[in-house]
Amino acid sequence: MVRSAIGVAGELLVTAGVLVFLFLGWQLWIQGIALNNAQTNEASGLSQQWNASPVGPVAPANTDPAASTGAPPADGSSGVAPVVMAAPAETKQFAVLYVPRFGADYKRTIAEGVDAKAVLNAGGAGHYEQSAMPGAMGNFAIAAHRDGWGSPFIKINELKIGDPIYVETQDGWYTYRYRDTEYVTPEGVDVLGAVPQVPDAAPTDRLITLTSCNPLYIASERIIAYGVLDSFTPRSAGAPAEIAGLTGKGA
Amino acid sequence: MYGSLWRVLPGPVWLRILMLVVALAIILFALSTWVFPFVDALLTPGQPVTVDP
Repeated sequence: MVRSAIGVAGELLVTAGVLVFLFLGWQLWIQGIALNNAQTNEASGLSQQWNASPVGPVAPANTDPAASTGAPPADGSSGVAPVVMAAPAETKQFAVLYVPRFGADYKRTIAEGVDAKAVLNAGGAGHYEQSAMPGAMGNFAIAAHRDGWGSPFIKINELKIGDPIYVETQDGWYTYRYRDTEYVTPEGVDVLGAVPQVPDAAPTDRLITLTSCNPLYIASERIIAYGVLDSFTPRSAGAPAEIAGLTGKGA
Repeated sequence: MYGSLWRVLPGPVWLRILMLVVALAIILFALSTWVFPFVDALLTPGQPVTVDP
């Protein structure tokens, strides 16, 4: 009787152990597949919706004051001043991120806010609400998971200087070019500044900042990747060539 | 526990194996569809990726 009770207890413990490993495997693999499929579909849905109902001429209130003064992007590679949308409602998906270095068909949604449950655990990126909007003078800062929940930023350490980072909004496509990477402590909020690491400085560049955890699976630090705006392509001009085949296409 | 489960199952060996495989498939489906997402929501935020003061 005692022996069989011990036997049953042992089998239950082994079963519990197997369940834990199944959960870990599901979290890193199965859930990622499901989230990435959902992300691809949601991103395509956003592009299709924006194509179907363009916002038309943007009201002056929505444009970046710096842009409306006629100043071209920092490097002057495009004559089109970037349109800057107004901040969206919290948790609303307002942009699509394309990073060819992360995968030929890589696209993820960007939603407002960086709350884990409300935004990041859906497998996309989240926008730091205190940072600028895409194309604006200053810093457009986003965060995403690096391991688990679809691992959208798992290859953030593989970016090479000059790699394009495309952000699509209702207004068009912002092409950023990867500039450099920095590693900071989890408290390093100055990376989100209009001029990263120089609090209160007046911005002179239009930046994008990607934050994620480092090292992989440990997350005692944060990895920060910076990019600089290269050009803005209005929706009427069509998507940049490199991602033209990718926008609006389903999984 | 698993030994007695095998003994109470009726039929020849191949049928018992088939039943166990089907039961396992149902259990795995239920786990990944309902149980694991529920546990995942309880465990979050999990790995932090944001910079915070």
